[in-house]
Order: sequence, then C-alpha cells, then structure tokens
Amino acid sequence: MTSDKSKLGFILLLAPLLIWLITLIVLPHVGMFLVSLREKTGIREYETSFANYAVFFNEPLYWNTFARTAYMSIAATALTLLIGFPVAYYIAKLTRGRTKTTLFLMCLIPFWVSELVRTFGWMILLRETGVLSSFLQYLGVVSGPVEFLYNDAAIMTGLVYTSMLFMVVPLVTTLDSLDDSLIEAGYDLGGTNWSILREIIIPHAMPGIVSGCIVVFMLSLGNYLTPILLGGKDSLWFTGLIYNQFITRFNWELGSAFGFLLLGLSSLIVFLALKLSGQSLGKTMGR
Amino acid sequence: MSDIPDLECRAVSKSYDDFQAVQDVSFSVPKGTFFSILGPSGCGKTTLLRMIAGFQNPTGGDLLIKGKSVLEVPPNKRPVSMVFQHLALFPMMNIGANVGFGLRQLGVNKTDIKAQVERVLERVGLGGVAERSVSSLSGGQKQRVAIARCMVLEPSVLLLDEPLGALDLKLREHMKVELKKLQSEFNTTFVYITHDQSEALVMSDQIAVMNKGAFEQIGTAKDLYYQPQTAFVAGFVGEANKYTAKVEAAAANGLHLVTRDGVHLRGVDTGDRLGQGDTAQVFVRPEAIRLSRKSADMDQMANTGAGQVESVLFNGANSQLILRDARTGSELNVALPQTAEFRDLTKGDQIHFGWEADQTRCYRQGT
Ligand SMILES: Nc1ncnc2c1ncn2[C@@H]1O[C@H](COP(=O)(O)OP(=O)(O)OP(=O)(O)O)[C@@H](O)[C@H]1O
Ligand SMILES: [Mg+2]
Repeated sequence: MTSDKSKLGFILLLAPLLIWLITLIVLPHVGMFLVSLREKTGIREYETSFANYAVFFNEPLYWNTFARTAYMSIAATALTLLIGFPVAYYIAKLTRGRTKTTLFLMCLIPFWVSELVRTFGWMILLRETGVLSSFLQYLGVVSGPVEFLYNDAAIMTGLVYTSMLFMVVPLVTTLDSLDDSLIEAGYDLGGTNWSILREIIIPHAMPGIVSGCIVVFMLSLGNYLTPILLGGKDSLWFTGLIYNQFITRFNWELGSAFGFLLLGLSSLIVFLALKLSGQSLGKTMGR
Repeated sequence: MSDIPDLECRAVSKSYDDFQAVQDVSFSVPKGTFFSILGPSGCGKTTLLRMIAGFQNPTGGDLLIKGKSVLEVPPNKRPVSMVFQHLALFPMMNIGANVGFGLRQLGVNKTDIKAQVERVLERVGLGGVAERSVSSLSGGQKQRVAIARCMVLEPSVLLLDEPLGALDLKLREHMKVELKKLQSEFNTTFVYITHDQSEALVMSDQIAVMNKGAFEQIGTAKDLYYQPQTAFVAGFVGEANKYTAKVEAAAANGLHLVTRDGVHLRGVDTGDRLGQGDTAQVFVRPEAIRLSRKSADMDQMANTGAGQVESVLFNGANSQLILRDARTGSELNVALPQTAEFRDLTKGDQIHFGWEADQTRCYRQGT
C-alpha cells in the first residue's frame, strides 16, 4: 500500500524530467539519426545507407573543419582553465565576506546581457575602426588602422570570455571546500608553492576542474555565434557547416549526419580526457 | 651545547588592529621537554603557536630555535612541525604518501622514503597501513599518523594544537598516555596547547598557564597545583573554593581575613604582601578540607564551620560533597574522604568541617 504510494510519488516527481529528456533530447536525436541514414536517390526517393557519412570522410574540407573545431575547443578549454584557476583560487581562498560576493558577482555580470550583444561588444572593441585599433593609433604604436577581428585569436578570445563563468563557478565551489589547514600543513612539512599546488590543491580541485572543463569544452564545440561573428567567413567552425547544410542548402540528410558526428566527437573527447586524467564522471558529479 | 634550549621566546607579542592577542610572552623549552601551554578559550594559545610555526608574524619580540632566530625563516623552512587541531591529513593521498610528504619535499629517493615511512609508522604502532586511505582509520589512528607525518622529518620541536580536542572522552584519556609515551620514545621537544587542565597536568614536564595573552606562571604540574602564584592560576588549575575577603590583620605567621558574610578566615599570604584593609581572593582546595561528625575534632583547625550535605557527587575515588555552610548559606566543595566513616553520608546530613591556615591561599584582588 505505502510502497505503491511512494512509487506513484516517485513517478510523478520524475515525470517532468522524463518528458523533458524524451521529447527534447531523445526523440529529436532518433529522428535526426533516421534522417542522416537516408540517401537521396531521386526526387522524393530515398534509400537507407551511410552515404551521408561517406561524404564527410571523402571531403577534406569537412573533416579538416571538424578537426580544427576540436582542437580550437580543446585549446579554448585549456586557456579558460589556465585563466580561471588563479581567479577562482583568489576568490575562494584569498578573499572573505563582502569582497568575495562582489568578485563572484562580477564574474556573473557579463551574463546579464545576451550572447549576441556580448559578442557585438567584442566586435566594437576589435574591428578595424574599433576601440583597440584607434587607441593604438592614438598612442602611435601603429600608423594605420589594424583589423583584430576575423582571425583565430579573436575566436579564442570570444570563446574564453563566454566560457569563463562556467569554469570559475565549479572551481570556486571545490576550492572553497578545501580546508586552509591542509595548505598550511603542506607548508609546515616543507612544501613549496608548486608542490602544494600539485599535490594538494589540484587533486582536491579535480572534480571542479573536470566538470568545468567538460562544460566549457561542450559549450565551445557547440558554439555558433562567437566563431561566426568574430571569426568571419573563414572561421571554419563545424557548427557553421551544420547550419549551412540545414538552412542554406536544405540538405537535412547531410546536416543530420554532421550533427551526429559532432555528438560522437564530443563524447569521444570527453571520454578520452576522463580516461587520461584518471577521473570518472560518477566521481566528478558525485561530489 | 646542551644548555641551548630547543625553543626560546623572548617577549613575543602579537597585536591585531586594536586587540593584543599575545603580550610579552617569554619562555624557553629545553631539549626533550614536554611543554604545555594551558589557558582558557580565546587567550591566544593558537596565535602563539602559529607564530612559532611561522604562519603569523609577531609584532614584537624574538623567536629562537636551537639558539638561532627564525623570524626571517618561512614556515616551510623552519625546523618545527605542527600537528593541527583537526589533524589536516591529506585526504587525497594514502597514508604512506601522507607520511612521506615531507620527505618528498626534501628530494629523498623513493626507496628510502618507503623504508623511513614504514619505520616511523611502526614506531607509532601502525605498521603495514601505508597503502590504506586516510578515511579508513579510526580517530586515534589518524592522530598517530599525524604525529608520524611530522616525526619522520625529525623536527627540533613538535607543536601540537589541541590535537585531542576532536576525540571522544574515552579515547582522549587513552591518547594522553599514548602521547606522553611517544614523546619520550622520540625524545623530541613537544609544545602542546590545550584548554583541558587534566591533559596538561598528566603529560607535561613544564606547564605555562596563559590568560588574556600573557603567561601567568610557568612551572611543573605540582608547582602549579600546590603553589599557584596568581589568583588566576589558583582558580584555573584544579578545583578550589573561592572567597573574597578583607584583610583584618596581617602578621608574620599568617593573615586574618573576614568575608563579606562575616566569616573569619585564617590564611597565608602568597607573596602579594597583603596589608590590613586590602581585599583578597582566597582559595581552598576541596581535598584540603577535613570532615567530621563531631565539632570537637575540628578544634585544632584554623578554619572551621558546620553545614548540611547538599548533594553527594559520587565518582568512585574522586567523589565530592557539596555542603551548604550553615552561617552563610554559600556552597562548599569538599572531596569525599575514602574512609568507611563517610560512606553513608546522604543529602541533609549535618557535618562539621575545617581546614588549616596554610591550605588557605590568599591573593590580592585584581584591579
Ligand atoms: N585575525 C584576527 N583579528 C583580530 N583578532 C583575532 C584574529 N585572530 C585571532 N584573534 C583574537 O585573538 C584571540 C586569541 O585567539 P586564539 O585563536 O589564539 O585563541 P586560543 O587561545 O587558541 O583559543 P581556543 O582555545 O578557543 O582555540 C581571540 O580573542 C581572537 O578573537
Ligand atoms: Mg586555538
């Protein structure tokens, strides 16, 4: 009787999550997968085959873009971690009370405006007639206007900026839980800054590092606006290719195949990274 | 060589913005001594210890280890190790790695580290646990790992900040004996902080009593108990019945005092040179008070009285009586004598009591 009741409660509580998962994630993906397996043989004539996937592997532009997206995203993740870690350490360990809250809020502020506006902000700063270029001319460092947009560095800047919060928040949370006396004990036993960072702080922060990196990597890989706007026509971002197939070419079959390849790629890289760092998803999320 | 103390503090002070946490503390600890700093919560013990370890800088005075000033030496270079209040074992490492941490910093090679770690773990009675995780140990075992982790570096001085505070009572009793044993085995100088007087009294060779940032008295446990030099020490170390009284007459052989309730007391001056009219604080230990059912037995005593048993706090050999003084209505704490005579005392019984003048220690009332 009671177990029936609690079962019902459990199902009811789970229902919104299940509906969300099934309607918004599982169903579209099943549909997309089926679409990606269709090969167009004539008008309104289709056959089931892997032809769309074959297109990807036979066209160097496609898999070059694919590889480029992957390594740019990995680089963006690494860079975000490198910049985010000291920031998070400072917020979590070296500040108290009000300052801490203020700094934390300052990390949040950029997210009060939409991603589009934020990216346009960067364009205003970096374009040929933009703030940075004018400033350098004013200083006399350069003689003519300089274009800072439409290169990899601009993309990277945009990606790191967009992802920073998602790295800093999990890092601050895990570093906050590190007992100061552990760090002091490390120094007391003769540890140097470097050995304490390596042996005590980083192992403790590992769950935060892993979850931050996964989120940032996924966000970068799937980002569309930032690479297109800051990288321009030659940004060669894989999401751009997918967009083209769906919207410009109306080639939903190929677009779906690309979408699936992207899903596979991101899963594979996350899996490899977890294996390499000796972490597991359960361990990371369980903390 | 041997007369250079392992640790010496010279007028060490520490003040925060508007608050003096440690003032002019001076002491020296000879090699191999178990030195305790005993004081109530918030008196500045941790601050003092952290200055010795190097985590805080004194605002005045000098700190010497083996005769050399260490004020300029950062904590990771000081020849002292600290056992933290909550031990601060590294949960991300197994026990062997925890104990080996200090040796790794020194660049000792792996096989030597392994051997030394195993040896020190055996000495604390934990051989063969090196591969286990920290969380698999009991409270007392963690304690010993924390000590082993410091001792493997052979520090000149081991600092311990209330390391037994987190343990339950039973284990604490056990660890007291254990710690003392470890200290004499390693023959290392221990500086031990506690607010629990029984810990300090049982383990220490020397005890410093600290109050409000300053040392009140340094001495052996017996000194502190039988010859407390200040009213604070008399009240803090051991139990005592306390009176406030005015000096009626001061003679070479003792003082004659009268409490506000009109009770006459005879006591001894402890060196405060009390004179007629001074207000004094008077301390009498519970075990100094004799009991009898007949008032005649008390005739030779300098201080006598009668009262009613308020309650019997039975605790085996440490049983106590609370008496209510018939004259003043105030409570008096008396150790229950271990004789058959008083075994049947119960609440409401009338009893006579008395104690000698030289068990009545008088101090000048603090201003
Ligand atoms: N950063 C600080 N700023 C101002 N006052 C401080 C600071 N740190 C400590 N104090 C004060 O110094 C005094 C001594 O503190 P300390 O931690 O040394 O006490 P303690 O004797 O170790 O007490 P406990 O037995 O409770 O651990 C306390 O009154 C505390 O409020
Ligand atoms: Mg303390």
